[in-house]
Amino acid sequence: MSQSSDAGLDPLQPLETLELEPLQTLPIGKQRPEWLQTVLDAWSLRRTKIGLVLFLVLLVVAVFGRFWAPYSPTEFVGPPFSLPTAEYWLGTDFLGRDVYTRVLYGGLSVFVLGIAATVIGMVLGVSLGLISGYARRWVDESIMRMLDVVLAFPSVVLAMLFVSILGPRLWLIVLMVGISHMPRIARVTRAATVDLAQRDFVRAATAVGVPRRRILFREVLPNISSPLLVEFGLRLTYSIIMIAALSFLGFGMQPPSADWGLMINENRIAITVQPWAVISPVILIAALTISTNLMADGLARAMMGIDRTTGTT
Amino acid sequence: MPPLLKLLLIRLGLGLLTLFLVSVVVFAATQALPGDAAKAILGKDSADKVRYEALRKELGLDKPMLSQYTGWLGDVLKGNLGNSLVGGQAKVTELLKQRVINSFVLVSLAALFSIPISIVIGAFSAVYRDSKFDNGMNIFNLTLVSLPEFVIGIILVLLFATAVFQWLPSVSNVDSRAPLSGQMDLFILPVVTLILAVIPYVSRMLRASTIEVLESEYVMMARLKGLKESRVLWHHALPNAIIPTIQVIAINIAWLAGGIVTVEYLFGFPGIGTGLVDAVANRDMPVVQALVLLIAAVYVLLNLIADILTILISPRLRTGLR
Repeated sequence: MSQSSDAGLDPLQPLETLELEPLQTLPIGKQRPEWLQTVLDAWSLRRTKIGLVLFLVLLVVAVFGRFWAPYSPTEFVGPPFSLPTAEYWLGTDFLGRDVYTRVLYGGLSVFVLGIAATVIGMVLGVSLGLISGYARRWVDESIMRMLDVVLAFPSVVLAMLFVSILGPRLWLIVLMVGISHMPRIARVTRAATVDLAQRDFVRAATAVGVPRRRILFREVLPNISSPLLVEFGLRLTYSIIMIAALSFLGFGMQPPSADWGLMINENRIAITVQPWAVISPVILIAALTISTNLMADGLARAMMGIDRTTGTT
Repeated sequence: MPPLLKLLLIRLGLGLLTLFLVSVVVFAATQALPGDAAKAILGKDSADKVRYEALRKELGLDKPMLSQYTGWLGDVLKGNLGNSLVGGQAKVTELLKQRVINSFVLVSLAALFSIPISIVIGAFSAVYRDSKFDNGMNIFNLTLVSLPEFVIGIILVLLFATAVFQWLPSVSNVDSRAPLSGQMDLFILPVVTLILAVIPYVSRMLRASTIEVLESEYVMMARLKGLKESRVLWHHALPNAIIPTIQVIAINIAWLAGGIVTVEYLFGFPGIGTGLVDAVANRDMPVVQALVLLIAAVYVLLNLIADILTILISPRLRTGLR
């Protein structure tokens, strides 16, 4: 897609969200917030419910799973690569640690790092998008050109460039994944802001001399909350994919940490002998990214109002 | 100046500007290195002040940063990417030549298969909208889009190379001394992984644009003239539906150039992806710089080509200019 066009250009983005329709809700004082309406609409879709339930189950496993884990994640419980038995339900890994225990421990990092990267990307992207869309002219041009440059680096490659210099630091990985989201989030925000800046209530606020920052955060931001919520969902899926991929490559969580991405890498040499050490984290990562994507897809559909009339997808 | 030419020149200029800024980022990133390249090469020996200063001079690290950058960029443009810091300090271009060829073959094969498959799936989904096929493809696409490509790869390995069937090799250790054509079985799983990762994006885009075109007035006109439905689809609707898809295709081929990192690493395929992983692990900066620059340049160039193609073949852009 064009580097200079404003259409969403991220492959992950459902097509339904590519065109932002003019927002019809007027900012009247006590009206229900726009994003909340989108959430309520999304809830009526089956895919959102499935996604949310799956997501919550995995979240509970990742956060509280450690409390019902039978062993310690770094404890050697048997010979390496043993097949599942009654003692260790999913067998042991390449060092003879319990796979079931490590799976219960290994999700938290994926959640924490994925959410942190998404939040960083949202804060940076939304700020730049608001400024760009409201300021226009050369400020707009230079911000957009700068973001084109970021876009030229695939997320994993961008993160690896900086890891090669500073080493595999978690904050660096999170920051780089966040920065790689920045261009797309900024474009969505900018497109919605440009649209909104022409509206009477924003022009009125400008005319009576409301400070620019207040206009952006009090007038514009609340009215673009729906597309931003959808964007957050999409970016979350993408963050989790990137973080898992970087751990898999050995640049994320470092041994002896239990981490789903790292576990796949550590145990894949014996995939023929003890496949469960690989299959378990693979299934969990797949379930997690599918769940976040289902939620994002539900939100995107709800935002476009496709299903309000028919109630079907 | 004719408006079309002006539009093309502006687009070309923007592409070059992006390429230039990309090179600045890649260069600037290495300046953030704690210590410098001389220290990295010498390791413990950098305590030896005389050798350290001599090497700094040899690498040009004693010059101001701007002249270091212009010197580096000049070398890159001449095709001199420096020497690797690891092993025998071979020339980076020599080191990477075979890897670039291998990855090029991999990406080309993936593009060659995935694009026609996506077009057929997208077109059928649009024509038989909301049918069982369409709904099935929707679920299939939504699932594939969610999965990291290395997870798709692992699932394929489990299914076809190890746990379930043992039909294909699970490791793609291509031998660079033998001709590639004799080792095509090693390409199957990586290529299929990449194909599966690309299909959802392209087919969804094509489905959406085909639906839009099928509802247009000129397609209705073609139908009212009594043309056969297959002719309406293949001759009238699809060529126009493909235009907005060109950019998605370009993005995806560019994405393949970056996405191969995890897939190549998974299969141990000797391409630029594993090259990058190794170089990052060894902190071999000249190799990292060369590969990152290459991958980013591929992205910028493919986008440029897609934009120019779109401008040239879409009548609205060609004639709507004032």
